[in-house]
Parts: sequence; structure tokens; C-alpha cells
Amino acid sequence: MTIVRETLLPPAPPPRRTGGPVGWLRTNLFSGPGNTLTTLVILAGLALLLPPVFRFLVTDAVWSGGAGEACRPEVAGRPVGACWAFIGAKINYLVYGSYPAAERWRPNLFFGLVALSAVWMLWLDAPRRGLGAVFVFLVGPLLSYGLLAGTPVLALAPVATSLWGGILVTLVVSLVGIVAALPLGILLALGRRSDLPVLRYACIGFIEFWRGVPLITVLFMANVMLPLFLPGDLTVDRLVRPLVGIALFASAYMAEVVRGGLQAIPAGQGRAALALGLTRVQALRLVILPQALKVVVPGIVNTLIGLFKDTTLVSIVGIADFIRVLEAARADPRWSAPTIPATAYAFAALFYLAVCFSMARYAAFIERRLAAGERGRA
Amino acid sequence: MTDGPATPDLKTPAVEFRGVNKWFGTAHVLREVSLTVAKSERLVICGPSGSGKSTLIRCVNGLEPFASGTIRVAGHDLTPARLPAVRRAVGMVFQHFNLFAHLTVLENCTLAPIHGRGIGRRAAEARARDELERLAVADLADRMPGQLSGGQQQRVAIARALCLDPAVMLFDEPTSALDPEMVQEVLDALTDLAGCGMTLLCVTHEMGFARRVADRVVFMDAGQIVEVAPPEAFFDRPEHPRTREFLARLL
Repeated sequence: MTIVRETLLPPAPPPRRTGGPVGWLRTNLFSGPGNTLTTLVILAGLALLLPPVFRFLVTDAVWSGGAGEACRPEVAGRPVGACWAFIGAKINYLVYGSYPAAERWRPNLFFGLVALSAVWMLWLDAPRRGLGAVFVFLVGPLLSYGLLAGTPVLALAPVATSLWGGILVTLVVSLVGIVAALPLGILLALGRRSDLPVLRYACIGFIEFWRGVPLITVLFMANVMLPLFLPGDLTVDRLVRPLVGIALFASAYMAEVVRGGLQAIPAGQGRAALALGLTRVQALRLVILPQALKVVVPGIVNTLIGLFKDTTLVSIVGIADFIRVLEAARADPRWSAPTIPATAYAFAALFYLAVCFSMARYAAFIERRLAAGERGRA
Repeated sequence: MTDGPATPDLKTPAVEFRGVNKWFGTAHVLREVSLTVAKSERLVICGPSGSGKSTLIRCVNGLEPFASGTIRVAGHDLTPARLPAVRRAVGMVFQHFNLFAHLTVLENCTLAPIHGRGIGRRAAEARARDELERLAVADLADRMPGQLSGGQQQRVAIARALCLDPAVMLFDEPTSALDPEMVQEVLDALTDLAGCGMTLLCVTHEMGFARRVADRVVFMDAGQIVEVAPPEAFFDRPEHPRTREFLARLL
């Protein structure tokens, strides 16, 4: 029996969804007993958790006051939450550490440079991004070092790294980690896939060593053992030592992320590039790496978020990073009040949360954009 | 066919295989392959899967190394030192197109001319647009490969190879990854190309195309060349039992 359609159907509009907020609630939150129960449990949890947090951070918080008295419940005459007055009074110390007050324009300029670099690199349609990469990975670090540490070339007085502190140091440590780990990680990942056994095993050994050692061990090694191995007259700055450790540590993780991206690129891409007469280096630089790095943007950002938070460990080897100056600040006897420690840690949490969440959102944006750019990729 | 077929210039070999052997591990995938392809000759290579035909043409531009024997391409012995010269003379089109997924169609066509040959961007783009025009995909120049159909991608891949003025073109099963309705557009492009005097080595299962276009058909089985014949003789009077068996299964 044959069937032949006599008239073709015109396209019909999709059926109307049950509209309105009630309809949305019903389909998304209360569509069945299990779903309803889950919704209720989560709502109950939020109801228990959010009001005290809000009370502590906002309604009961003390926003102004010159000393710790303002944050004592018996003085304030009411329950006291976060003592934001304390953060306000200490903010310069938290940002710059003991960096001389007269020279604070230098860290400020450095923050400006960082912002410029970030925009140049993260804004995908920014003009001259190639030049931007040179700036971020070469000019920027050198300029920043000269600016912060002082150099005769720029006619700037030297500022010992022992005076650096706070968010400035946290930023320096993280950025050095990031700026060093990306190129090093790419080289290591390429080395690990090399045809030359010596190079390959050297890279595998390097990566596995740094991945197998806890960061805190690396930092202690850098601080305590490195000076023992170096000739006596050669001293390495006490901030630089953990920096090197962190950079190498992060590069090992970065290498594994990048290797994942390299493996995700079909072999045909490289073959086509070679068949077109490009050299192996050109094939890597123009065809393989741009695609591989795009694939692993989420992984790279994930590693960078981890790295950013791991930098708090440098406080253990005596570097005055953000956490350490916060600890020092809260030990100030003039600011002894019951909620000072909680305020300090809440502030730290909010700071790290804000930075890491921004990075995560940026990664999500990149992912969406790449998905749109390479739809239906074969 | 557009023009009358250009006659192969039998005195000048474009590609010569002499006693080529290759192993994948212990598998002997090319066994004493010897074959001379004349300049402007259109050669179709067919055979069951795993017979070594793709491996053979990948050897021509050094994408696969071989263990023994010699290959001469456009007057150059295929050695590591001469590899760049050989790759300049040889264009290749792949089964899976292999367009660069992060570049537009136009950038795909200009990447190698600009970075490999040092041609200026303007000239490279003008040439690329000409080749895209020739393959009827000029209107897609600013699209990303992922937005194109398989047939369009393959025509772009052909244009990309032509932008480098190859003397020899290799086609590695250019229609095998295509939906049936797109096979014809690619075969038509290949047929046009076949009228232009370029040396073509094409691995394909499209026997109708082989009959219409090829000067000679090569049948490979188990890493060896089993039969080489002009298409009429090959299809109408195959000599080797293996060839007959293969054709019987195909038709």
C-alpha cells in the first residue's frame, strides 16, 4: 500500500506555554512531589542561613568609628555584627602593607597597568592584541618590577620587598604565577608531546615532580633549602624565592590543561597545515595552539582561580600577603572587639569571592562566545 | 567534461614510486610499490579499505614516512631536506576536509600563502577569492567552516589547496565523508579540475567518476598494486581475479 501526500503542511506556530509567573513556578519548582520537596527543603535552608548572614554583614554592622570601642556591644548598646569601621581604618595597610606612604602612587600605577593589561587581553576584540601579549608577558612585568622595587633607570628610590604587603603582594604573586605559568605550561605541554624522547621524558619528569609535591612543601623548600644550595654570596630576594616556586608549580598544572587541549584537536588539522607547506612550528602557532587554547579556556581559568587562592600559602613563609596583613591588623590592641576576627575573615572571603567569581564569569562568557563562533564544528 | 581532456605527458613523470615499502608495526602496508604517474595524468586509485591506497598518497607529500624505496615528486627525491620543495609542488584534499576551524573560509585560503610563501595579504586574498569563485563558494568567504555543509567545506578545501599553484593534487577519498546529495557537487568540481592539465592522484570509491575522468585506474589490495589499466579496460575487462571480485562487490 502506498501513501502519497497531496498537500504539504505549512509550518505551524509552536504550542503556547503555560504563561505567567504561576505557570513558571509550577513547571520549574513544583512539577511533582519530589521536585516540590526539594524546593521546600532548599527554601527552608536558605531561610535559616540568609537572615543571620545579612544581619551580621549589614543590619548589625558598625560602619564608622575611630577605634575598637565602637564595635563593642556594651559600648554600642546593641548586638554588633561586622565591624566595617575596622576595615575602613586599616584599608591602606590591607592594600599596600608597609609600602612607604609617600610612594603609594607606585602601587597605584601598578594597579592601573594591571587593569590595562587585563582589558587588553580579556577583551577579545581589543585592537592590537598581538602587541598586547608582548606587553602583558614581557614589558608589563619588567615595568612593574622597576616601578614597585625602584630602579635608577626610572629614577625611583628602591623599596625593599619586605615592605610590600597586602593586596599588592597577593596581586604580584598571582600575576607572576599566571604570566609565567601560561607560556611555561604551553612549552611543557608541547615538550611532553615531542617526538624526542629526551625532551619528552624531561618534561614528563618536571610536570610529575611539581604536581606530586604539595605547594606548601615547595614554599618551605624555596625559603629554607634554596639558600643552602646557593653559593654564600648569592642571595635571592625572599619574595622572589616563593614566586619562582609558585610559577613552576602552576606551570606544571597549566601544562596538563594545555595538553588536554592539544589532544582535543583532530590530527587532520596539523596534517592539513603541513600539507599546505607550513613548517611544524607554523602549524603549531597558527593552527593547533589557537584552537587548543580556546578549547581549554575553562580549564585555564580553573587553574588560575586555584592559583590565586593558593597564593595565600605564601603567608606561611613570612610574605606579607593579604591574609597575613589581615592577621596582623586584627591583632592591633586598639581594635580588640569580639567581632573583629569574623569581620576580617568575612572581608577576605568577599575579596577572594569577588575576584574568583569574576574570573569564572569571564570563562563562562568565553565559552558561550566560542560555542557561537564554531557552531557545528566537525 | 568542460574542455577536451589534456593528454598526459608521458615523457615527464610527475610522481614516481620505486620499490616503496612501509610497515605499521609488523603490518606490511605497502609492499614493493612501483608506479610512474605522468605529468597531467589523472590517476584514480581504488581498492578495499585497508589496502594501503590512502597511505600511498600520503607518502607523496611526506605526511607518512616510508621504510624503503624512493619516491620522486616533480623532479625532487623525497628526502627530509627536499620535503619543503615537494610540499610546495603538491596540494592535498582530505576525506574530512580538515578546514581550520578557528579561521574563516577566506583566512583558510590565505594562511599558507601569507605565512608559508610570504605573499602579501592583498594578493593572497585576491587569489583566494578567485579560487573560491572557481569552486562556486565565493559567497561563503566570511563564514566559519562549521557553518558550511560538507560539500561546501570540501570545495573550500580544494580552493585552499589550489591557492598554492600545486603541480600535483592528491585527493584522499574526497567524497567519502559526504552526505549522498553532496557527493555530486564535489565530483563536478573535481571533473572541472581534471580538465586543467594538473596531475591528479585520487583515492576514491566513485567508480562512475573514475570511468569518466581517469586516464588510468590503479587497483590496490593488501599493500600491493594489483592492476593498472585505462578505465575502459579496467571496468569492462578486469584481468586479475581480485579486481573482478572487488568490482563485482561494488557494482
